[in-house]
Order: sequence, then C-alpha cells, then structure tokens
Amino acid sequence: MSTLGTQRPVLRARDLGKVYRTGEVEVHALRGVDLELWPGEMVVLLGPSGSGKSTLLNILGGLDSASAGEAWFEDHDLTHQDDRALTRYRREHVGFVFQFYNLISSLTALENVALVTEIATRPMDPAAALRLVGLGERLDHFPAQLSGGEQQRVAIARAIAKQPDILLCDEPTGALDSQTGVLVLEAIERIHHELGTTTVLITHNAVIADMADRVLVLGDGRIQQQRRNSQRRPASELAW
Amino acid sequence: MKLHPLDRKLLRDLWRLRGQVLAIGLVIASGVGLLVMSLTSIEALRSTSAAYYERYRFADVFAHVKRAPESLAARIAAIDGVQSVETRVVRGAVLDVAGFDEPVMGQLVSVPEDGEPRLNRLALREGRYPQSGKPDEVVLSEPFALAHKLGPGDHLRAVMSGRWRNLVVVGVALSPEYVYTIGPGALMPDDLRYGVLWMGRETLQAAYDLEGAFNEVSASLLRGANPERVVDEMDRLLDRYGSHGAYVRADQASNWFLTNEIEQLETMARFLPTVFLAVAAFLTNMVVARLVAVERPEIGLLKAFGYSNAVIAWHYVKLVLAIGAVGTLLGWFFGYWLGLYSTTMYADFYRFPFLLFRPSAGPFLLAAGASVGAALLGAIGAVRRAAALSPAAAMQPPAPPLFRRNRLFQPRLFERLDQPTRIVLRQTSRWPLRALVTSLGIAMSVAVLIVSMQWLDAIHRIVDVYFFAAQGQDLTVGLVEARSSAVVGGLARLPGVLAVEPMRTVAAKLRSGPRVVRGAVQGVPSHQSLYRVYDAQGTALDLPPDGLVISTVLADRLAVRPGDIITVEVLEGRRPVLEIPVVATFETYIGRPAYIDIGALNRAMHEPPSVTAVHLRVDPLFETRLYRELKQMPQVSAVNLRSAAVSTFNETLAKTMLIYVGFFIVFSATLACGVAYNAARIALAERARELATMRVLGFSRREVEYILIGEIGLLTFVALPLGAGIGWLLARWLVRAFQTELYRVPFVVEPSTFGWAILGGFLATLAAVLLVRRRLDRLDLIAVLKTRE
Ligand SMILES: Nc1ncnc2c1ncn2[C@@H]1O[C@H](COP(=O)(O)OP(=O)(O)OP(=O)(O)O)[C@@H](O)[C@H]1O
Ligand SMILES: [Mg+2]
Repeated sequence: MSTLGTQRPVLRARDLGKVYRTGEVEVHALRGVDLELWPGEMVVLLGPSGSGKSTLLNILGGLDSASAGEAWFEDHDLTHQDDRALTRYRREHVGFVFQFYNLISSLTALENVALVTEIATRPMDPAAALRLVGLGERLDHFPAQLSGGEQQRVAIARAIAKQPDILLCDEPTGALDSQTGVLVLEAIERIHHELGTTTVLITHNAVIADMADRVLVLGDGRIQQQRRNSQRRPASELAW
Repeated sequence: MKLHPLDRKLLRDLWRLRGQVLAIGLVIASGVGLLVMSLTSIEALRSTSAAYYERYRFADVFAHVKRAPESLAARIAAIDGVQSVETRVVRGAVLDVAGFDEPVMGQLVSVPEDGEPRLNRLALREGRYPQSGKPDEVVLSEPFALAHKLGPGDHLRAVMSGRWRNLVVVGVALSPEYVYTIGPGALMPDDLRYGVLWMGRETLQAAYDLEGAFNEVSASLLRGANPERVVDEMDRLLDRYGSHGAYVRADQASNWFLTNEIEQLETMARFLPTVFLAVAAFLTNMVVARLVAVERPEIGLLKAFGYSNAVIAWHYVKLVLAIGAVGTLLGWFFGYWLGLYSTTMYADFYRFPFLLFRPSAGPFLLAAGASVGAALLGAIGAVRRAAALSPAAAMQPPAPPLFRRNRLFQPRLFERLDQPTRIVLRQTSRWPLRALVTSLGIAMSVAVLIVSMQWLDAIHRIVDVYFFAAQGQDLTVGLVEARSSAVVGGLARLPGVLAVEPMRTVAAKLRSGPRVVRGAVQGVPSHQSLYRVYDAQGTALDLPPDGLVISTVLADRLAVRPGDIITVEVLEGRRPVLEIPVVATFETYIGRPAYIDIGALNRAMHEPPSVTAVHLRVDPLFETRLYRELKQMPQVSAVNLRSAAVSTFNETLAKTMLIYVGFFIVFSATLACGVAYNAARIALAERARELATMRVLGFSRREVEYILIGEIGLLTFVALPLGAGIGWLLARWLVRAFQTELYRVPFVVEPSTFGWAILGGFLATLAAVLLVRRRLDRLDLIAVLKTRE
C-alpha cells in the first residue's frame, strides 16, 4: 500500500450519526463513524445484527441521509444533497448488490443489465458484464428461469456494468448455500480484480472477511475494531 | 369493546386502502345516486300528480264538440260508470298584454260563476274565482301570470268573437289540466306567448253564442269503470254535435307529456346505474383479487391455525360489504339530494301547486341491494379463491410470473426499445385479460360521456332539421275554424308579408283493421316552399297528387306500409269516411304527422278550398305593424313565431337537459378517475419493489414514473378509442330505448363529442395518475430492499 500517500480516499465519513425516530422511540443506528475507503480497496464489514452495517452502507451509497456528521465521495458532500443529486450520484458512481436480488422479473438477464447500462455514462457491454460473472450462456433467461445464485450474479453484473467507482454489497450471499455463495463471491472478486472497483461487502460470515484487504467490525453504531489482512484469500478457498 | 384480531385487520386494511375504497365508493355512489334520483323522482312525480289529480278532481274522459245542448250533460252522466260531468266552453283567443308586441295566445276556459267546478278544479294561488255578473273577471294560469308579472287587479285584453274585451285579473291559479301548458302546434311551454284564462261560464257562453250549450265536456269515472266503454258511449252521444271523439286521460295533452317524462326517467333508471354498478363490480374484483394475492401467506397461516374456509371467506366478504356500504351511504346522500333537486326542477317545469317529495324506503333499499350485490358479484371469484387455498400452498410464495419473449413483439422492433419500455410492454402483455378489463373500465367512462353528450348533438340535429331546414316560415297564423282560402290572399296583402302558404288540418281517426289512432291529417301544397315536409335524413318530400304520406311512427302504430289503404274517419264538416292509400312513409323526430295534398283533401271533404292555418314569410322591418294587424283579425286564433319556438325549445332544454348532462359528465369523470386510480394503485403496489430497485440503481423519479404512467397510459391509449366505440353502441341503443310517441331522438354523435369524451376520459385518468404519482415520490427505497418478494 505504498500508494496511499499520493492517493485520496474515494469515500470519507466523519463522525457519521444516524437516528431513527419512530414515534417516541429513538434508535441510534450510528453513533459517530469515521471511515476512509481507498481506491481499489476491498473492505468487509462485520458486526452483530442491528449494529448499523446496512445503515452505514445505505448512507455511503446515497440511499439514506445521515442525521449527523459528514460523508464525502471524492469531493462531493453526500450529507447535504437533495434527492436529485443523490440519484445522480448513485447512477454515475455506485453499484449495489443486495441479499434479495431485486431483479426486474419482466426483463431477461441481459435486459436487467442493459437497464443500467442504458443510463450509465461509461457502460460496459451488458453481455460482457454477464460473461464476467459466468453467465454468458444465460443472457436471454428471465429471473424466474434462474437459480438464486445465478440471479445474484445477474445482480452483480447489473451493479458493475456501469463500471462504478464503488461496489456496495449487503449480504450478497445471505440467501445462498455455501457452494453457491462461493460462486457469487468469486464473481465479486473477479470484478474487483479486473476492474479495480472499490468494494464494500457486508456479511455475517467471518470466513468471508478473509478475502478483504481490510475488515471493519461494527458494534452498537460504532467501528469497534479494524484490521488489515496481510494477505487476501481467494474466494474459491472459502468454505462455511 | 374488544375487537376480534381479524376485524382489527379488516379495519386496518380498509384504512390502508382508503383511497381505493373511496374511489370504488364514489363509483358505487354514482350508480346508487342516479338510481335513487330517478326512482325518487319517478315516485315523487307519480304521487304528486296522483294527489293533485285526486284533490282537484282531474277528469278521466274528455271530449270537444262544436256545440251541444246543455241537456246532453244529463245523458252523459247517465252513462254506466260515469261519476260526474262538467260541461264547459273552451276557446282559443288572441290576447294583448301591455308592453308585449308579439301576439299572445290564450286558451279561454269557462268556470261556473256559482261555486267551484265539479271537475278540473283550480288550485288558486292568489285571488278568487270570477264572480257572477262581472263578465270581465279572469283567473290567469300562474306561469303566464308570472311571465308577464300580472296579478289580481292588473288588466289585459282579448279578442273575443272579433271584439277586443278588457279583462281584469282577479286570481292566479294552477290546474291539473295544465300541468304542462303547451300551445297548439308548440313543442315546449312558452309562458310568455301562451296562457290559460279562466272566465265565467255565462260570459263565455254569451261571447261565443253558446247560451244553453257547451263545446267541451269532461267526466270522471267510478272506480272500476271501463274508460273505453265510456268513450264509446260518449262518442255515440256526441257524434252529431261535431265531436272530434272523446279521449281518456292518458291521451290528454298535459298528462301525456308528464307520462312521457316518467317513462324516460324509468329508462334512465334502468340504464345508467347499471353501467356504474357493473364498473363498480369490476373494481371490487380488481381490489379484492389483489388483496387476496398479497395476503396469501396470511390466509395460509390462518388456515393452519384452524380458521375455517367460511371464516376466511366471511372476512373478505365483510371488506366488500364495507366498500359497498361506503358507496351506498354516499349514494343515498347524493341520490336524495339529486332526487329533491330534480323533483323541484320538475315541479317548476310541470306546474304542481305542491310537491310530495317523501321518498319511500323502496328506492334506497333497491339501490343498496343492487350496489352491494354488484360489489359482491365482483368479489365472489377472489373470495372463493381465498377460501379454497390450501394452507400449505398458501404459505408458499406464489410461483413467480414466468415472462416469455412474446411473439407479438417483433424482435427487431423490440430490440430498439429501451428497458423501461420493455417492462411496460411485458407487464401489460403478461396479463392481457386484466389489462383489457382495466382498459374496458376506463373505456366505459368515455362511453358514458359520449352517451351523455350525445343528447346535445341530437337536440342540435332536431333543431336544425325541424326548425330550420323544415320550416321556412317566420310565423304561422292559426284560424278559428276552417276558412275559405280567400283568407290566404287577405293575409298576403298584410304589411311585410313576403310569401304565404296554406295548410289545412283535419281532425280524424285513422284506422287500419282493428288499429285506430286519433290524430289529424294535414293538407299542404304538394310542393311546399315554407312549411316543408322533411324527413329525418333532411330531404324535402313532394306530395303525390293523391294519397297519404305518413310518418313511420304512425305507419308502425297502424301496421301499414306504402300501398296499404287507411280508413280516415274525418271528425269535422260532413264527417266523411275516406279510404286513402299510403303512398310513402318518412322518418320524423317529433310527432306522428300524416300529410296529404291540400287540394286532394278539400276534394275528399267535398268542400270548397279551405284552410285552417297560413304560414307566412315576413319582412322583419314590418313585424310590429303586422302583429298589430293580426291581433285585430277576428278569424285569427293563434300566431306562432318560429323564432320564439326555437328559443323556448332551447331555453327549456338548457333548464332541464343540460343540467342532467352536467350531472352525467361529473359522474363519468368519477368513473374514469375511480378506474384509473385503482388501476394505478394496484400497478404501483405490484411494482413498488421493482420501481424502488430502479430508484436504487440510479433512475430518477421521472424515469421511474415513466414505467407506472407508461402502463396506465398504454391501457388508456387502448381504452379511449375502445370507449368511443362502446359509447357509440350504447348511445345507439339508448336512443332507441328513449323513443316515445312524442320524440324520436335522432342518433347523432358529432366528431366533437367523441373528441370531448376522449379528452374527458384522458383528463380523469391523468388526475388519477397524478394522485398516485405522489405516492411514488414517497416510495421507501430501503424498506423494499430489506424484504423478500
Ligand atoms: N427504518 C428504520 N426505522 C427504525 N429503526 C431502524 C430502521 N432501520 C434500521 N433501524 C434500526 O437501526 C439499527 C441498525 O440497523 P441496520 O439495518 O443498520 O442493522 P444491520 O447491522 O444491518 O443488521 P443486520 O445484520 O440484521 O442486517 C437497528 O437497531 C434497527 O432496528
Ligand atoms: Mg443489514
């Protein structure tokens, strides 16, 4: 990581706080998170349920707004943006993958990817994106004709086809068995390797943390612990 | 009180779906409202007229004669079934009201000087009856008095037997005989130019040389008497006194108009609410089916817990009942109000001295039953499906919809479409039936708009053909009785008269086999230049030298065709009985005329050339002078101005029909909004997840809206022309259903009507979509991502 000195972080968060108010009850989902994500980095977020992982990811991805603190993408302030600007941010810079694949059921795999490339500024060929995740043969299948793992890989292809600056994955293997999960992780790994996309991956699975450059452990709305893997393990070696 | 959890769920569902419940409720309310309005109006008109007729002793049988001795009254009273008899003197007269140049026509009707008439009593609104020994006292009909702002103490003049008489108003009254006061030859009441004047019987007898005699008789019947037999008996007695034939109450002009109106209301009560309730049924189906689909897992769970099918079914039935109840209550409210409003309007148009608007429970219960029934009928399929779900199957998520590449979409063309457009097209074609049904719902609102606005087109056509194309005269002078045609020349020499054309109307019974129609034969020149015999297609007809040209309505009534012979029993002059062939039939909008060449008619009557009316074309510069001269002519009994007829026709319709058309337009808009709103809400609910996903992927609100609006837009795009087609068919059907003896409403739908209806349907849909769009803006992106489909 010798380049760190000359590079600027892709994403920065300073003292990020998030309070959910439902009626009388206040839930402090985040209580002052400081964070920097560097170009080309693969970061895994660990932490118990309810610790604020998804909340953090959603704020970083421009889906939600913080109640306190600041978040920056390069030199764009994310915390004081209106809906229009956040939409543009997501459209141009962020790729999302979720636990539930959220594919459009009326579009084929190829079309689901094309949905994004049509509005992106420097898109890949949708078919190439699908080949990257190993689905070059299934371009014309509708979601209902694909397995869960395949659907998730379509979702990954869809997320990266715009060549985003950051790829945010919230429990991408959460709904999958271990073997299929590995396939999905391999796809993420390959994309990270080939495109050099900064990647954040939320998981409950400590094993998966081994494929990261850096591991952040969230607890009670704060980053409790941070460690750097000296060596990343290839996804194919993971099993749980 | 503790609610069962299921009932609490029901209340929450209702609250959550409140927009949709209200939208369906409003559609149901429109149907219920229209039904209640028509039924309560019918009820009110029926009971008001019945009470009015009863209280003021409206007669059951009437007959006009030339002159009959008073002694005949006793013989009529002796007819089996007759309860009481009233003889009168009834004459038309030209009136002169200060400050009103145009000729005014009056119907002079005698009342006894020694107390109230036995029959056809007056509902005195002001003042009193004329007194004995005061020959100049008159009671005016209220509409006429109001139009001229006349009241007791005011004066007016009338030509009686060729002499101007000064009259003093002593009272203002309504009469069951003149609920609908319409002058001879007029289509609509014209209160400025036609009025009824009641005067002392002795005065009228003296004025018209009828001492010890009468020229009109009315009789009331005993309960259970056979009116036809009484009519026959009266005809036998009166024949030789120049009777035009006795007739029953049903044929009495004012009552006949009223009956026609009630019949039209009945047609409306059958037709429009049906459309609304059918659409309501379809909407409930849409919403409940969607709810059951969403609640599949809950239904499975409940069943797994041991809830019976019946309990589950009852749960959804209650939901439907609640929706029905919302609509019914709203509809009752609108309906009561509209019923009261329309009855009040009728009471103004048909002159009743009082109004019985005391709707019975019947219309309300009927409407409630119909609406709840329609809603249940709509929901029954969905409820059955809910009850029939096996618990295990129910808890499985429904199989994901399997989309296919559709053969319908040309691959080449389809390739060029962007993905959002593909989503729209695939969604719609995936459930073509549902798409079609939604389109049909929106189409119905366009159709109802067309049906409502078609009336205006029809009326314009009637006015165009009847008043403008067919009538070239500016005014028509009616004569007291048939006169030698020398009078035509006399009129032609009056100031400002540019052209004249004679007409002779002969009262007659037209008979073909067992079928009889009381009516008249009109003799006009074979080639007419002023008052033209025009058919509905707008062609002027020249009459053949011999034979009748009759309206198709009359031909139907008599079951005759060209070539057949009609027996014409003339009721005037020497009362010849003629056998005349029907040469041609023609379509008319109004009335059921029979025409014959005037020369042929006079020959058949064995009389020298005679006329009963003369049509005039007039130089407008001389109008006032001409009116003054006409008012002085003793033989003139009526002057009808075409311009006045046109304007009263339009005014009357503006007062009645336009208001109804306005109501219908509001209701149709409700219908369109209700359908579009529900369709959009359901589309939104079904797509929420995908739309949220697209927002996450970086699509802007506008771009995401495109999918939702695109789908509704596509359905609307199909719906609008479809609605135009359905509207055309419904209008054609309704026009047939609305035909009465008086009118044949022409079936005309102008292109502009299609245009307006389509615009209306479009705007209503747009409004609904804009309402739903606001929800799209509040889509919770994160919540959607957290849950499974
Ligand atoms: N919309 C919301 N309204 C109220 N509270 C919320 C909302 N979303 C999240 N929270 C609360 O914020 C806290 C953090 O939630 P978050 O989803 O970030 O947790 P998480 O670490 O992703 O948990 P998990 O591993 O279970 O997904 C939790 O206590 C949760 O209850
Ligand atoms: Mg989470």
